Amino acid sequence: MEPAARLDGNHKLSIKELPYIVRWRDDRCTRCGRCTAVCPVNAIGPAVKVKRVVNSEGGAPAPTAARRVVHVIEQVTDIQRHCVGCAACALVCPNSAIEPELNPQNKLLHYSNRGGDAYKRGGRKNDPSLSVLDRLKFTRISMLTDPALDAGRHEFRVRTLLGRLLSPDNLPLNTVDGKLVVDRRDIYIPPVREIYPIMIGSMSIGALSPPMWEGLAMGIAHLNEVEGLPVVMCSGEGGIPSRLLRSRFLKYFIIQIASGYFGWDEIIRSLPHMVEDPAAVEIKYGQGAKPGDGGLLMAQKVMKLIAEIRGVPQHIDLASPPTHQTQYSIEESAAKMIQSMSMAWGFRVPVYPKISGTNTARAVLNNLARNPYAAALSIDGEDGGTGAAYNVSLDKMGHPIASNIRDCYLDLVKQGKHNELPLIAAGGVGKRGNLAANAAALIMLGASAVSVGKYIMQATADCFGDENNRCNLCNTGRCPRGITTQDPKLYRRLDPDRVAERLVDVFRAADSELKKIFAPMGRSTELPIGMSDALSIDDKAMAERLEIHYAC
Amino acid sequence: MCRLAAITSEDFFSPIENILALETMKEGHDGSGLGLTLKDLGGEFRTLKEYPILSGICSRSGINVLDDYMNNMGFKLKHVWTPTIKPVKGIKPREYYFARVYDYPASHKHKSQEEKETLLMNSRIALRKIGEADQSIFVFSFYPDVITLKEVGDPLAVGEFFGLDNDELKARICLAQGRQNTNYAIYLYACHPFFIQGCCTMANGENTAFLPIKQFLLSRGNPGYMGYNSDSEVLTHILHYTTRHLNLPLKYYKDVITPLSAAEMEGRPDAEALRLLKQSLRPLCIDGPNCVIGFTPDGSCFMAQDSKKLRPGVVAGHKGKFALMSEECGVDKALPDRDKAADIYPMKYDFVIVAPRAQEVKERASDYILYKTVSPRAQEVKVWNQLQG
Repeated sequence: MEPAARLDGNHKLSIKELPYIVRWRDDRCTRCGRCTAVCPVNAIGPAVKVKRVVNSEGGAPAPTAARRVVHVIEQVTDIQRHCVGCAACALVCPNSAIEPELNPQNKLLHYSNRGGDAYKRGGRKNDPSLSVLDRLKFTRISMLTDPALDAGRHEFRVRTLLGRLLSPDNLPLNTVDGKLVVDRRDIYIPPVREIYPIMIGSMSIGALSPPMWEGLAMGIAHLNEVEGLPVVMCSGEGGIPSRLLRSRFLKYFIIQIASGYFGWDEIIRSLPHMVEDPAAVEIKYGQGAKPGDGGLLMAQKVMKLIAEIRGVPQHIDLASPPTHQTQYSIEESAAKMIQSMSMAWGFRVPVYPKISGTNTARAVLNNLARNPYAAALSIDGEDGGTGAAYNVSLDKMGHPIASNIRDCYLDLVKQGKHNELPLIAAGGVGKRGNLAANAAALIMLGASAVSVGKYIMQATADCFGDENNRCNLCNTGRCPRGITTQDPKLYRRLDPDRVAERLVDVFRAADSELKKIFAPMGRSTELPIGMSDALSIDDKAMAERLEIHYAC
Repeated sequence: MCRLAAITSEDFFSPIENILALETMKEGHDGSGLGLTLKDLGGEFRTLKEYPILSGICSRSGINVLDDYMNNMGFKLKHVWTPTIKPVKGIKPREYYFARVYDYPASHKHKSQEEKETLLMNSRIALRKIGEADQSIFVFSFYPDVITLKEVGDPLAVGEFFGLDNDELKARICLAQGRQNTNYAIYLYACHPFFIQGCCTMANGENTAFLPIKQFLLSRGNPGYMGYNSDSEVLTHILHYTTRHLNLPLKYYKDVITPLSAAEMEGRPDAEALRLLKQSLRPLCIDGPNCVIGFTPDGSCFMAQDSKKLRPGVVAGHKGKFALMSEECGVDKALPDRDKAADIYPMKYDFVIVAPRAQEVKERASDYILYKTVSPRAQEVKVWNQLQG
């Protein structure tokens, strides 16, 4: 008969069920305790074991065995404290004695619903396979008949337009003495910004820590004012510090309004004091990472600063509803939101909606195409990131961006409006580090600009998160890098100056890479929007679906 | 890269002059096509200027279909010109080359010029669609006082084939292109110059932005914006769209196909209009490298190129006769006695217009784009000084 003790362990998980297994080396460990202190989920801890130790001293082997009490680092098998693979332990270990190892046969999703709570996390869709964006290749290379350009020396204009563009038939132009003059009578000329075609996507102050947001903001200012790259950044829902709202730097920011309207009290109060208009206003209707879901900033992240900016009490959950509660139709959205937002800034600021990728995107698009105040449409694909979402939303909901943006673009082409309503593509740009290539591919599929968030966190602040569910603790407020936390003990790890420097690095390098892509195609003067004859993919069905070349 | 030879003159001249100029540029074309578009015709067409001329090629069966169509439409044949075909090695003769002068249908005789031109364009397109599948009918232009000839072959051989060296066919403007086939099939409809409602262009180089431009034009709702067997055909349609649909002065064609940057625009008095124009016509930026030579209905000839065109075309001549060509050797052949020091090599910001019958254009649009007279020595220097500093 089995001893009772064996049966007691029957309901414990084995270490093989966990997504990451901590590899700890007894011989290297100095028992300094840094790894256990830094672990954001307490997945490891000191433990005491009785161990048989064999010792031999002297010139000839004379082994003696003894049982001793030793201190070890042990991984817990509690699913609530499973190792998330962030490797903060490896980062702090002075002797390289510890590191997590991915366990591909893990069964995390079988157990992460303990207590009846569905699994929630941050990050993006856990799918490490090659995305369509990364399978697209640029195969129209100028050779002999039209020599390629020199990416290093030719003059390139890598710019795009954000804002509603007038149909050529509606241009208010008169010819006077052989010259064109603008006739401003009875015509609304929508505001248009010339910006860099890679935008920083909406990551809110609140979701991001103060140094992270500050670092990005400093980097944006530097890019615009020193590097001459007009990169703009979206605030995300949650407002902007009032000092920034009233500064000349506001013109580099897109202010987002979402269903919770967080931060808008302060924005409205600041309106009379604004010395610059914002780059644009983004109305968030959906997010690619969690389509149909609202936003959530958990109570532990609602610290004093955040509460002030958002105009709410501290330490309460801030939930944004899945929809804008005052609107029940796209017509209402256009009328109430787009036009009233436009009116708030005297129709000087482009206002556009952002939706999650969906089969119904074209329906939204066509409604917007008919509304002269809609400045653009931003579509966020399923590979987009988030600070907090249900795992099922992240992994199973949403539409890939490539075919969604392509369908919308071709729909506009049919109507002859593809230059009038710019499309902004987001969701998975730079997922494998190919920021410029992914951006260029989306532009050639029809996007006027791309929006990128997760890659920026990874590249500028060394975010641990990846598509093997590494870290992804953004929702918990325990970000080990200090990026998505409001805990000063954690965010003081992050140096905003370094974030700003890295942001500048990222855009300078992306600018070089975009030129390296456009130059061999012979394109330099205008962004090759919709130049799909330059694209190929090694899958016939995908090529047919996207109406591009199949190449193998 | 294709070679371009255009001549505009106060006096009538034979298109063989253009062909001889192309012959000097022989290394630049491969016999994949010669296209000639003649405007302001002399000889037997001199008295027929108000009547539209249908230019094309038909098979024996195709001409019957064409006749039936034209009769049904109510066009009345007034005059027929056919080249005297001389067998030439390497050119397979097609059955019937023609330039047929018609009188308008009675229903259109008193209609506006615009309505007449719509009828002409729609008829040409209908004929093209009828005859394109079995290649029984090719029609290149249908417009008053304009003839287009096209055939595959070496330009000099094609000229001989058409008997142009002995023909009385003369014009005041002639555009000729010797084609170097690159990325598209050898096909008559891919052969420059292209023509639509009085607007005609030919170009060399690859238009890398072809697809977005094509999509833009196709979605304008104008049935004439079709074809696109060559990436250069869009340049003709942009000219038509700019000058005839949007009614912009010709010089803005340059601003549409090679727009200035935002900073460069600041120096222009019409900067605000230019900005709106650039935004709304963003997909029409050609991004080259292209040299474009063309004419408009009023007989203005022009040359433009983008910043990637490393070897500029040349405009040269003397009062009364000017050549706009892709290579200087062609100009030397056509106009050997000119003052070479007055030759113009338009750079990326330049747009050269030679007014009807080679009268000088004396219009200066801005500090950046100078519409040169045809002998602008001092002014050319001035343009470049301003650009560089």
